[in-house]
Amino acid sequence: MTPPPVASLSSVTHRYGETSALSDVTLDIPAGCMAGLIGPDGVGKSTLLALIAGVRKLQTGGATVLGGDITARDHLRACNHRIAYMPQGLGRNLYPTLSVYENLDFFGRLFGQSEAERRTRITNLLAATGLDPFPDRPAGKLSGGMKQKLSLCSALIHDPDLVILDEPTTGVDPLSRQQFWDLIDHIREERPAMSVIVATAYMEEAERFDWLAAMNAGEVISTGLPTEIRNAAGQPTLEKAFIAMLPEADRQGHRIVEVPPRQPVSGPPAIEAKGLTCHFGDFTAVDHVEFQIEPGEIFGFLGSNGCGKTTTMKMLTGLQKASEGKALLFGEALNPDDMATRQRVGYMSQAFSLYGELTVRQNLELHARLYQLPIETRAERVAQMLHDFDLAEDADKRPDGLPLGIRQRLQLAVAVIHAPEVLILDEPTSGVDPVARDGFWQHLIKLSRDEGVTIFVSTHFMNEAERCDRISLMHAGKVLAIGTPAELARSKGTDDLEEAFVGYLREAAGDAGGTASQRPATKLPERQQKPDRLFDIARLWAFARRESIEILRDPMRLAFAFLGPVILMLTFGYGISFDVQDLPFAVFDRDQSAESRELMESFSGSPYFAERPAAASVIELDARMKTSEFVVAVEVPPGFGKSLLRGDQPEVRVAVDGAMPFRAETTRGYLQGLAASYMSDQIERLYGHAFDPSAASVETRFRYNQAFKSVFAMIPSVIMLMLVLIPAMMAAMGVVREKETGSIANFRSTPVTRTEFILGKQLPYVVIAMLSFASLIIVSYGVFGVVVKGSVLALLVGTLLYVLATTGFGVLVSTFTRTQVAATFAAAVISIIPAVNFSGLLVPVSSLSGGGRLIGLAFPSSWYQQISVGTFTKGLGLPELWLNHAALAGFVALFIAVSVLALNKQEA
Amino acid sequence: MWQWLTNVFRLGLKELNSLRADPVLILLIVYVFSFAVYSVATGAKLEVSNASVAYVDQDRSALTGRILGAILPPEFNPPQEISADEIESVMNSGKFVFVLSFPPSFEADVLNGLKPQVQLNVDATAMAQAGNGSVFLQQIIRAEVAKFVSGDDTATTLPIDLVVRTKFNPNLNSVWFSSVMQIINNITILSVLLTGAALIREREHGTIEHLLVMPVTPSEIMVAKIWANGLAIVVAAILSLWIVVQTVLEVPIAGSIPLFVSGAVLYLASVTGLGILLATFTTSMPQFGLLSLPVLVIMNLLSGSTTPMESMPVWLQNVMQLSPSTHFVAFSQAILYRGAGLDIVWPDMAVMVALGAVFFFIALKRFRVTMATVH
Repeated sequence: MTPPPVASLSSVTHRYGETSALSDVTLDIPAGCMAGLIGPDGVGKSTLLALIAGVRKLQTGGATVLGGDITARDHLRACNHRIAYMPQGLGRNLYPTLSVYENLDFFGRLFGQSEAERRTRITNLLAATGLDPFPDRPAGKLSGGMKQKLSLCSALIHDPDLVILDEPTTGVDPLSRQQFWDLIDHIREERPAMSVIVATAYMEEAERFDWLAAMNAGEVISTGLPTEIRNAAGQPTLEKAFIAMLPEADRQGHRIVEVPPRQPVSGPPAIEAKGLTCHFGDFTAVDHVEFQIEPGEIFGFLGSNGCGKTTTMKMLTGLQKASEGKALLFGEALNPDDMATRQRVGYMSQAFSLYGELTVRQNLELHARLYQLPIETRAERVAQMLHDFDLAEDADKRPDGLPLGIRQRLQLAVAVIHAPEVLILDEPTSGVDPVARDGFWQHLIKLSRDEGVTIFVSTHFMNEAERCDRISLMHAGKVLAIGTPAELARSKGTDDLEEAFVGYLREAAGDAGGTASQRPATKLPERQQKPDRLFDIARLWAFARRESIEILRDPMRLAFAFLGPVILMLTFGYGISFDVQDLPFAVFDRDQSAESRELMESFSGSPYFAERPAAASVIELDARMKTSEFVVAVEVPPGFGKSLLRGDQPEVRVAVDGAMPFRAETTRGYLQGLAASYMSDQIERLYGHAFDPSAASVETRFRYNQAFKSVFAMIPSVIMLMLVLIPAMMAAMGVVREKETGSIANFRSTPVTRTEFILGKQLPYVVIAMLSFASLIIVSYGVFGVVVKGSVLALLVGTLLYVLATTGFGVLVSTFTRTQVAATFAAAVISIIPAVNFSGLLVPVSSLSGGGRLIGLAFPSSWYQQISVGTFTKGLGLPELWLNHAALAGFVALFIAVSVLALNKQEA
Repeated sequence: MWQWLTNVFRLGLKELNSLRADPVLILLIVYVFSFAVYSVATGAKLEVSNASVAYVDQDRSALTGRILGAILPPEFNPPQEISADEIESVMNSGKFVFVLSFPPSFEADVLNGLKPQVQLNVDATAMAQAGNGSVFLQQIIRAEVAKFVSGDDTATTLPIDLVVRTKFNPNLNSVWFSSVMQIINNITILSVLLTGAALIREREHGTIEHLLVMPVTPSEIMVAKIWANGLAIVVAAILSLWIVVQTVLEVPIAGSIPLFVSGAVLYLASVTGLGILLATFTTSMPQFGLLSLPVLVIMNLLSGSTTPMESMPVWLQNVMQLSPSTHFVAFSQAILYRGAGLDIVWPDMAVMVALGAVFFFIALKRFRVTMATVH
């Protein structure tokens, strides 16, 4: 009797906007075995796996996983405990700055394992995967193969019943790949009930699976045992069988790739590497690499991701400076600044690197111009390229919307538009479907054999490597062997290149049989059944703890969090000042009497004015004022002294620079005060007694800030601003970062709840904001001499509530944004407007009218402004301010509640 | 040299194409130079306007009524009456910035020559209004009392007549100042962000590597980015000056616009150079954002476009001479408000060129090293 399928889909259709990823898929995946999904990139494999894992929401159709409906909430929660999901991409669900141990520890905590249980499990898993020598190495510094093993460990930490692996071995070297599969076989032997579903683009790998589903364009085109699929298509390999099964339209133009023999050419090697070495810090990416490539040869470079292929290629193009050794092109040392060499070389980098905003034709034209093709032949060459590379149909489309295979052809066309003698191609066919890959190789072979172009190409695919004239095997920065594919295979006593490569890798690792896979794995402890709580402080803590470690290891964010507020406070403290003093003034004294000099002395004696040299004419006075040498110009008329003594009310003209209205307004106030005091002095001298011209006096009391200095008002407001701007930006970035790097998958596939996730992410930023508040207090006192006059308790409680609200606001912003740039930008822009304009920073709240007042009230800043200014400057405490505290608490609850509701546990 | 120029031209055209294809950036530029300029110029006023006044009137006489009646918009909101024991709480809660309190028998004391005191309580945490607002209130009280006593509306008996004339902005309209300064601040922000982001985008997409293996030099790539993004910003800034500032806000421009534009071009060259320099210190867009935020805030707030330079400590004034924004603000204020000519502003232009050259050459030195490094 066959057991029921582990997952069964019925009529599942999934769309992303206009594009359809899965169309009407009905599929039963058998339990207790290793089931594989095969097919090139973009056929819907990842979507299918994500739906089964419950990380994506089902759109239409039904899915039964582990005996229950995955759309039912309770069953989904149960599945989170029983399914392990490893997303596509090398170490994509890992945290690169965390060590191997810390990564696994984090996953253990998510499943509520105790300290002791975690330690046992992690030790066992590390021993089983051969990672035990490096528990303290950061995940980001592991090789591709090790990353994937660590990723697998993190998937297995909770003894799942179903393991879902999305292209776990893409970009990994063959030895690690073999070890990876051995490891999975080994674990399955120990836990025979466990089901595994794997997606892969390597058809060779799929030969060892128990059951297969081949996919193309969102549809399952064939299922069954590998042998059944091969036999049904009547082909010797799965890859060939796959091509044979494709619909007629997709196979069109596919021809078997044949490589005609090469005619040897005399002359120096086209490319020569002599002891080429590259260090990054203490890491050696490329270690004394030597090879020679003959003119017209197709030279293959085989190796895993991160083994130094790309760096070597960059050194040969001059993009990367070699730390040691030499690169020669046509017998001459490579000079990266020599434009003539660049004309002889074409380069295609790993990532797609054409301008998406230009059309196919415009891209070709731009490159033709930059390569200085003569105007007469330029158009012809572009047309020829469009023809040769079958791009004519898509000439006026933008590359962004084209299939990967066509984009890669365009890249190749761009790289050869200037008819280079050497072509350097960095993994040009990664992720491309088999038909397009073969088509691409037809072009390469034509370039090499018909046009004599030397081609240096790196690849993961063994069947591509076999087409090269010679290949070099590279691993960990070193070249292991160079030779024709046949030679290399023979020297390891096999006719299979992959096996030969594995042999070389073993030899390099100094190990004949392979260690990791042979290691006996100690039995894992029994899974402890714990009640599933909807809120578990341990899971919250797991996120908070991990986030803190990550921030502490990111110098850029750490510096921003702690230095940013202090720098900005100094800037604001000095920059926004309403204190107007030392106003430069100059005088044109046409009287030169004792009285006029006395008038001027009353100016220069005032702290508000600073004297500049006197002017000799009105024209001079005007001209100098234009240069902004001074902002007040005083003109004393002739006979001023005499008419003053006669009591004739002489006229004194004063010009004030009005370019800055606030300064000018204040200056006018000063002038009036100055004139009044000068006059009462004069009157006192003339009449011998003090005289007050006014019938009533005004006693002005500047409350809270007797010295009337800007800093006492500005600093509390700046604290308000800093504690919204920076915590909101950082919290927003913290959550969206996970979306961007892909580690959000861990939130979706594990039992952690939305509240735990959001509070866990927020907590570290609250702590950082409180620490940053402490540093702001120190700067306020130390630099500006501002102290807290009122209740410290009211300030502390208020600040805590405020940063809870502002970080909550950041988290809220992050639930609506996709990229870190958008999140930080949105958090900054949205918070700056109410905080700066409508919270009393510049304009008192009591002067705001309707709309502005409401915007201010609808944001926490205006409430905290009252607390900050109240406790710092006004000397108030909780009895006067409690309403503001209550309002802030309301914002905290609101922001967190909305964030939790807006965050989807499943992806759409 | 010819080749250098054609390459710079070609790459610049491509840059403009990329900009044209990015609706978000276009929208940002349009928003920043239209709505943002308008709303900041008309919204954030630093002069006394709508200031809130409360009073305690223990006299309730004709004189106090006349004084309160003279406290008028737009400077002041209509005064509100409160009782004497409320003074403390309304000021603590920030409900009123000014509280006047008239003593009992105020009018009688004035008429009897007893010189009574009016108490004016000012919330000195509301800096923008407290200083000038209290001067205005004192003037209103003095004038009303003098008129009341003499029965003459033009009564002044002062030994000298101080005629204060305000040059360059006779009505002290803050829109004149803030609209133009806002354009300047926005030029700074956009120049740094646009060029820096353009470079980082090419780096993230891998297209920069592509350029570097072609017969194109880093200086060509950098100058192309500078001219293309600079052109877009300068065109937007001129349109903004013309449409928003001159036409909509009706701000008169005193000096020569061509001179201002040529200075703006020099300024753009130097700040776009700074944008590229900052971009060479970061590897991703988020990092670039974190780095440029404090730089931009410092450059804008301390340049003299918000508060006058002489209000800052001397050491800080000296440090800020290293920022091109300080010189551009001085340059723009001289031309746009005071109608200054080349003879007055050339030193600021020279410093902008020199600072721009320094940024450019440091960026150029770092360019190849940082742009192609694998990480």
